[in-house]
Amino acid sequence: MKTELTVNGRRERLDADARTTLLDALRVHLELTGTKKGCDHGQCGACTVLVNGRRINSCLSLACMHEGDEIVTIEGLGEPDRLSDLQQAFLSHDGFQCGFCTPGQICSATAMLSEIEAGWPSHVSDDLDRTPELSSTEISERMSGNICRCSAYPNIVEAIKEAADRRRG
Amino acid sequence: MALHLKMDERDDCDRLDAMAQKIIGTPIDRPEGALKVAGRARYALDMLPAGACHGVLVRATVAKGKLSSVDKDAVMALPGVRAVIADERLLRNPAQGMAGEAPVQGVSDVAYFGQLVALVVADSFEQARHGAQRLKLTLSSDPDVVVRPDDPAADLESPDDQKSEMGDLGRAMVDAAFSIDETYTTPPHASAAMEPHASIAEWSGEKLTLHGSYQMLPFNRSELADALGIDEGNVRILAPYVGGGFGSKLGISQEAVAAAIAAKELGVPVAVAMSRQQVFEGIMRRSETRQRIRLAAGEDGVLTGIGHEAWVSNLPDETFAEPVTQATPFLYQGAHRLIGQHIARVHRTCAGSVRAPGEAVGLTALEIAMDELAEISGIDPLELRLRNIPDKDPTEGIPFSSNKLSEALKVGAEKFGWSERSGTPGTRREGEWLVGMGMASAARVNMLIESKARVTLTGDGVARIESDMTDIGTGTYAVLSQIAGEMLGLPIDHVDVHLGDTDLPRGSGSGGSFGAASNGTAVFLACEDIRNQLCEKLGCDPESLTLKDGHAISGNQRLPFSEILQGTDLVGEGHVEPGKTEEAVRQATFGSYFAEVGVNAVTGETRLRRMLGVFSAGRILNEKTARSQCLGGMTFGIGMALLEELIHDDRDGHIVNRDLAEYHLPVNADVSGLEVVLLDERDGWANPLHAKGIGELGICGAAASIVNAIHNATGVRVRDLPATLDKVLEGLPPLS
Repeated sequence: MKTELTVNGRRERLDADARTTLLDALRVHLELTGTKKGCDHGQCGACTVLVNGRRINSCLSLACMHEGDEIVTIEGLGEPDRLSDLQQAFLSHDGFQCGFCTPGQICSATAMLSEIEAGWPSHVSDDLDRTPELSSTEISERMSGNICRCSAYPNIVEAIKEAADRRRG
Repeated sequence: MALHLKMDERDDCDRLDAMAQKIIGTPIDRPEGALKVAGRARYALDMLPAGACHGVLVRATVAKGKLSSVDKDAVMALPGVRAVIADERLLRNPAQGMAGEAPVQGVSDVAYFGQLVALVVADSFEQARHGAQRLKLTLSSDPDVVVRPDDPAADLESPDDQKSEMGDLGRAMVDAAFSIDETYTTPPHASAAMEPHASIAEWSGEKLTLHGSYQMLPFNRSELADALGIDEGNVRILAPYVGGGFGSKLGISQEAVAAAIAAKELGVPVAVAMSRQQVFEGIMRRSETRQRIRLAAGEDGVLTGIGHEAWVSNLPDETFAEPVTQATPFLYQGAHRLIGQHIARVHRTCAGSVRAPGEAVGLTALEIAMDELAEISGIDPLELRLRNIPDKDPTEGIPFSSNKLSEALKVGAEKFGWSERSGTPGTRREGEWLVGMGMASAARVNMLIESKARVTLTGDGVARIESDMTDIGTGTYAVLSQIAGEMLGLPIDHVDVHLGDTDLPRGSGSGGSFGAASNGTAVFLACEDIRNQLCEKLGCDPESLTLKDGHAISGNQRLPFSEILQGTDLVGEGHVEPGKTEEAVRQATFGSYFAEVGVNAVTGETRLRRMLGVFSAGRILNEKTARSQCLGGMTFGIGMALLEELIHDDRDGHIVNRDLAEYHLPVNADVSGLEVVLLDERDGWANPLHAKGIGELGICGAAASIVNAIHNATGVRVRDLPATLDKVLEGLPPLS
């Protein structure tokens, strides 16, 4: 099945089996292996990418559903010698160990910060109408769709706080 | 000439402290970290070569029986399908850690529900998956199967070498002023590393290259070769990045052998990734445990007797049995002891190593029992432990290499504010939350495993470390860089570490918390070898040589390496083996946990509020990665206390909750307020680095501190883990 989409700013033409998930299209067809397959069932978050600016589990979505969409993967957020603020903060706070869930964590955190800026409340927000504060509790709650078995969670929260502070100047 | 060390006596030099670069121990970022955060670190399945086929494994759905036929033809007719493999070389289950030979093989005999018995290979993953879903297996089911460890029909083994008795525990129990005799149970656990097991096999003539996700490559190479019936010299395994292990990747597993057979048959590379469900069913679980613990103490709380008997399970023909009582012989004093283990043979997913086999569950139960003893004796739980620290190993009669349990307990209590704990359970309430504190001791045996490494100091002053060692998230890249940088006087960006390739010198592999100390010692020795060679070139003796910032300093000379080496390389090799220090002293790591929980008085739900771990593991090689290891271990403890439980169906033993939605791991919102303190320690009995393992210490007893805090909050004693809300709720007072 033919699909045209934009990945990390590049126009891509896919010709993939209709059953191909967005995750496998990225990994196998476009050779963007930074996005990881941890469960293939939307249960772990390792495959999180940004679609039109919002985070999704790419394993739960078929590639052919993304005609015209703009996808950003971990490779589109930065490079080893030109890391994004979040990537750098994950590195300096040791917000990972084995690194397998990390691309998903960072994509997820990137979108999560935008969600907070847009004033979206979460399960732990006290006030549904006010822009939520970027507390540890808010970050932990909003990052709970991304499992890290090495459990860098405390470091992930610190990394996100630091990157958010930089983002706000 | 390699520098060889057999660890026969204590090292008193502490060479690392005498070095000048001062990077050992510092919290440097992981050298491979930029690749990981940028998504450029390439794990096994990221190495897919052009033209590779994809394989999907197929499971048997009986607990015990025979596979009589596989309907290959129907699936071979599907688009893209290239092969259906049901080969007797396929593995029944993964190899146990350090087996070095193939585990039980064959697909005709099914020994547990979920055993992987066939592989469908196709041009694409989607085609292979479709074929695997359609593959018809003809299976017979043995009605006499035993799947429950408590089934009276289960064969029960009670090995003599797992049994020990000192004095007369029965008498001590009778004479005790205070005694505890309780049974504790822990459910089976899954490692659940984030990266599912995956392999890509590619043959070039008789040579097999496997991109895999494994912890112990030299053993894995032997296991794979043995399974395939080929010479291990023809097998190369590559695993520079491994997405977590926790014991689940110690031994070669099913997908590697299946990929290798398929790739050989088809003449193309074949990638096989296990699905998350297949990992749950096919890879090692930690055995469930039932533990009878007896404690006998005098009026002063001083222990006179300890009994610890464990019932675990495994498949027939498996030698591994969860070593539940591993730390019990040496943690506390007590002249009268009885230790035993019983293994039920059941047809359930194979049991094997999951992070800290033994202490993770054994110490947890022991530390809940200690809390019960504290309760009935009216002695503060902290004080009770302090009164029972032995001055030597009470079972073996040998000294401890080092034992900082007392300091860990005291430092932790002070930092956590233990003195503010109410001794009466159920008395602190905040709104609808009952709040309590609990604590526990930590201990884990320390090991050294034979290890080799090569270090090359290149003509331009860069050190290249080479070993088939792995970094499974543990920080190997960082700590080996620091050891070499310290020994050779190089800044960290002048050290390159090459790991995860069986063509490189044979390391220890990652497991049992021994990786950093074992492989680190091999690197240390290789660097000493280079230092000796530099001395020869400079005509100085080793004591007068200082290496710093890429320069050699001796007397009034200060020369850059490039000038000394003149474009040539110096190659150093190190080789360490365990020796007499293993038996001469009791080597272990120690620590303490303190936890505060809130238990909802309405729902019985427990929320961890804060938790402190204080750990002592010899020299800390990197403060940052060591702390992360401890955070990870403690979080495994949170999972064990509150969430994690593999549930087996009583009829056929199948794992009911075989995915990450139903097997509950701690998520970010479950883990708050964690703190880690690392004590300063040197242990020259362990190795010349004076470092011990830290990767597992954080889980060894951690769950007990939480369960004990639940008791302090509510008065409810949970002896059957995890302490889910149903178990707590039934003991809570009725709502007024």
